[in-house]
Amino acid sequence: MRNVYIIGAGIHPFGRTEGRSGRDQGVFAVRQAMTDSGLEWSDIECAYGGSAAAGNADIMVNELGLTGLPFINVSNGCATGGSALASARNAIAAGEFDVALAVGFDKHPRGAFNSKPAEYGLPEWYGETGMMLTTQFFALKIQRYMQLHGISRTTLGRVAEKAFRNGEKADHAWRRSQVDLDTILNSPMVNDPLTKYMFCSPAEGAVALILASEKKVKEFGSDAVKIASVAVRTRPAGSFEVFAPAIDIDNGGKPTVLASNAAFEAAGIGPEDIDVAQLQDTESGAEIMHMAENGFCKDGDQEQWLAEGRTEINGKLPVNTDGGCLACGEPIGASGLRQVYENTIQLRGRGGTRQVPGSPKTAYSHVYGAPGLSGVAILER
Amino acid sequence: MNQTLQPIAEDLWTNETEPRLIGARLPSGKVVFPMPTGDAARDVESYPLSRKGTLWSWTRQDFKPKEPYDGPEAFTPFLLGYVELPGELIVETRIVDAKLEDLKLGMPMEFIVAPFDERRATYAFRPEKQS
Repeated sequence: MRNVYIIGAGIHPFGRTEGRSGRDQGVFAVRQAMTDSGLEWSDIECAYGGSAAAGNADIMVNELGLTGLPFINVSNGCATGGSALASARNAIAAGEFDVALAVGFDKHPRGAFNSKPAEYGLPEWYGETGMMLTTQFFALKIQRYMQLHGISRTTLGRVAEKAFRNGEKADHAWRRSQVDLDTILNSPMVNDPLTKYMFCSPAEGAVALILASEKKVKEFGSDAVKIASVAVRTRPAGSFEVFAPAIDIDNGGKPTVLASNAAFEAAGIGPEDIDVAQLQDTESGAEIMHMAENGFCKDGDQEQWLAEGRTEINGKLPVNTDGGCLACGEPIGASGLRQVYENTIQLRGRGGTRQVPGSPKTAYSHVYGAPGLSGVAILER
Repeated sequence: MNQTLQPIAEDLWTNETEPRLIGARLPSGKVVFPMPTGDAARDVESYPLSRKGTLWSWTRQDFKPKEPYDGPEAFTPFLLGYVELPGELIVETRIVDAKLEDLKLGMPMEFIVAPFDERRATYAFRPEKQS
């Protein structure tokens, strides 16, 4: 397998952009990534991309140029962006192509996501009785976790407080003003113990990454970041996931643990070697649990980590340096690639006021979504 | 239980004095809920689930869900959670006859058929009544 690098990164600001379709936001991100890499559209040899709710990606060639390149539409729920990245990286690693595009974009209606039971192989009564909500799953998972591992509501609040503090410093973030801890803790309850400010919202946005082989990096003289590993995994037996009328009594593994272990093994490093991390923070509790599921701390240690500020930008392990999903919102098809975009920015030292100090050398990203899948990417400078 | 209410779905719980949720036992012996359908239902036998278990997790639904939710027009927040049925599985359920602050990890729970709206009933668990 050949080494693969990110040589260009582009983003359309997340949030709400009236009058611009999700796909047009994708085109915006691709053009920015091309400018960043110094390449022309005709230099791109293959492309992978998609959205969950804003249409097929391959139509973008109408705007970008009819060069005849193979353009694969990716439709993999919350892992759409991560799967596009994995596919583009594999195409280059295999030696089939030297320059590839991974793009993800989306545009969702306001309010919580709603899902059709039949699409998930579930009976209609499950939706009718009001149990098929993603927000409930996250509340139920963190509620139990808090009881078992001594995590306080204050710690949930601290995660959100950090997200908005970091989001204020990120040009592409949606929520760009700080919110104090009391306001977060006392905002309207969505699903106990999670309040309104502890949840991300469905949003809009797009991210594009241009990948290249080592040969092309040298040829172009790119400001490149190496993709050390990418792993996407689905749920193992006995895991507790979104939309589960029942859970196996033998509590089993987790897709995040599988993806994390695979990515670390392929990169040949461990959690202690990571300098900056972007972890799926659909809500505050998710970031806390994902810190442990990805191997960065033990269950329960998060209480102390948050109190001591260890996940702040200047902490031991900065987490969600652009404010994560909480500050950026969640356009499903773009969300996983935003994490990789932010890591690329950090490793190139272009983070401005949110730059992690000390020239970080390794960066970790983790996306999680329904119906139980995780994607991890590890970058190295 | 109000006998005039229709079950929200057929064959979701047994028709007996003390009704039980209808799960299924796979050839491997593993118990699942709900009953599989289509090809997945082959070689699967009906398995009424235990009426008693312990509280595994819980939350309260504080906003009115979008479709496919089909509850009463006037929304009232409701409790829901997971109840562990020993040796069987951990089932997601509405929780009735309790307040949020009453709920504790591991507390004994029992099955009940509860009103869903003016014409339909659904299944739920409630804190077990101490006799």
